[in-house]
Amino acid sequence: MTPDAGAPPAVTDLPRDTVVGYLRQMMLIRKFEEKAGEAYSLGRVGGFCHLYIGQEAVAVGTMAALGPEDWITASYREHGHALARGVSARAIMAELYGKATGSSKGKGGSMHIFDASLRFMGGHGIVGSHIPLAAGMAFAARYRKTNAVSVCFFGEAAMNIGAFHEALNMAALWKLPAIFICENNGYGMGTALARASSILDLSRRAYSYDMAADVVDGQDVFAVKAAVDQAVDRARTESRPTLLEMKTYRYVGHSMSDAAHGTYRTREEVEEYRQRDPIRLLADALRAADLLDSAALEALVADVAAEVEDAITFAEDSPDPDERELHTDVYAEPR
Amino acid sequence: MAIMTYRDALNQALREEMARDPDVFLMGEEVAEYDGAYKVSRGLLKEFGPARVVDTPIAELGFTGIGVGAAMAGLRPVIEFMTWNFALLAIDQIVNSAAKMHYMSGGQVQCPIVFRGPGGSALQLAAQHSQAFESWYAHIPGLVVVMPATPADAKGLLKSAIRSDDPVVFIEGEMLYNQKGEVPDEEYLTPLGVAEVKRSGTDVTLVCHSKSVSVALKAADQLAEEDIAAEVLDLRTITPLDREAILASVARTNRAVVVEEGWSFAGVGAQVVDLIQREGFDLLDAPVLRVTGADVPMPYNKFLERAAKIDPAGVVAAAKQVLYLS
Repeated sequence: MTPDAGAPPAVTDLPRDTVVGYLRQMMLIRKFEEKAGEAYSLGRVGGFCHLYIGQEAVAVGTMAALGPEDWITASYREHGHALARGVSARAIMAELYGKATGSSKGKGGSMHIFDASLRFMGGHGIVGSHIPLAAGMAFAARYRKTNAVSVCFFGEAAMNIGAFHEALNMAALWKLPAIFICENNGYGMGTALARASSILDLSRRAYSYDMAADVVDGQDVFAVKAAVDQAVDRARTESRPTLLEMKTYRYVGHSMSDAAHGTYRTREEVEEYRQRDPIRLLADALRAADLLDSAALEALVADVAAEVEDAITFAEDSPDPDERELHTDVYAEPR
Repeated sequence: MAIMTYRDALNQALREEMARDPDVFLMGEEVAEYDGAYKVSRGLLKEFGPARVVDTPIAELGFTGIGVGAAMAGLRPVIEFMTWNFALLAIDQIVNSAAKMHYMSGGQVQCPIVFRGPGGSALQLAAQHSQAFESWYAHIPGLVVVMPATPADAKGLLKSAIRSDDPVVFIEGEMLYNQKGEVPDEEYLTPLGVAEVKRSGTDVTLVCHSKSVSVALKAADQLAEEDIAAEVLDLRTITPLDREAILASVARTNRAVVVEEGWSFAGVGAQVVDLIQREGFDLLDAPVLRVTGADVPMPYNKFLERAAKIDPAGVVAAAKQVLYLS
């Protein structure tokens, strides 16, 4: 696998504030993840912690195409999706810290970020298990005759699990307004795609279900948004699902417990992909279009650094959950 | 009171709840056009249409997950497993998704869903189609496990399960579908988590659930012929377990036998025995005994199968043993 030698993203005719907003969100995710990694190394964040560095354009471009009525589910690599959806950096960082002020009151952790008010329906820790859940939310949207769509993010390794195939078959069979977003970063943990999948052109899997599909440059936020726009339109107007393969790459290890390049890929490969960094590509495009100068970029850098620093301070200063919380939320009703 | 089968009582519960609440829908294999593999959903497609009575492909993991996702979005799905044997394919969604969603979202997301279908031992269906899984689900915090033994309880408990905001594992007795009993004419709900004394007695408590209730009742008849008054306590709900009812009954009888169709190791009865010895030690005049299915895969041959299953004779023998009469 090598990076696509594509052109830098084309700046669309979106308003300046909107496209600079994309850049800011991607920079926020990057900074958040870097600081989360640091906090993990310092022992402030426990458990598993899977960073999204390198894939930011997928979450940001997708969320830009959605409305507040839409449902979102993601895998355990979901901090970036939650941020892009509008969950506060404070609530997510506090959750990573396991604090009472976290998005799940410290009961979920890094892999289980939820914000039901934003219809951000989790962070799920079993590979592929949330794909049927997303289809179920699409089922509910159609059942209630709402206009909502359901979007599911998963890695390419999840395409080999039965839940993926069962969910896609039923989504196509029942014409559910679902969008399945495969973030193909090349590796399922340390297993390269070619070692795990009988086909490399993953979007072809949609043909098995007579489902619309597209292959997208996941490093280009505009390409991502355009593809999701189309899928959203298909879901809202025709109630038909779509499978999108976003070609992307993670610069960091699978989780915090492995080195950036690991034993399964070379340092050179990681460096090569960094040449198509989604944030730099977008910043360069904005500069070329005279939408961003150095001062504005520096201001953004300072702005997101301050927001993440504030989130760290908030998380550090927040209390642990009361011990009485141990037994709450097991059941919705008193048992 | 009407006399009806356990099957028809379940059918009434589904019909009433679907008529009452448009968010309730039924999904599973053969529930619609085939009218249900065991005919529990008979007539529902005709009454409520294909949007609410949904036939699925044979894909337990997928349609169970779709049900859980629909519940997370606010609907009240009833997911039918043709039998609980096939639910093993879906157990990731029941255990890792449904049971944990409320907790790991910090209480933000509810999962009001019922997983239902027949379980327990059947008749000469051999190892893969004749087994009891209630202790597996009862082990999982976040799940409610319900096992009705009579038509009246089947109806009242299913209605309560559908109205519950928690995920409910509702295991029907495969051998109970044709059993008839009185069912109240007026609408009623049977509360979850409440056991019921199905027969009063003073000499020994027979703790049971689902199919084992009828076994215990037969055993109680036989014991009565020998002037032994057995109390038959039907748990009805495995989790939450009605601890008070169990201890109150043992306080009356001072002796107990726990009867279940499942295997012995870490079975439901083990939990009941734990409760009684821990919180009712001073009530006991004898060690509590258990009657369970044999610890083997269910054999096909009918004589071997009979030997593997619980029966009234085994319960009578255990009751006499705790009464020191054998």
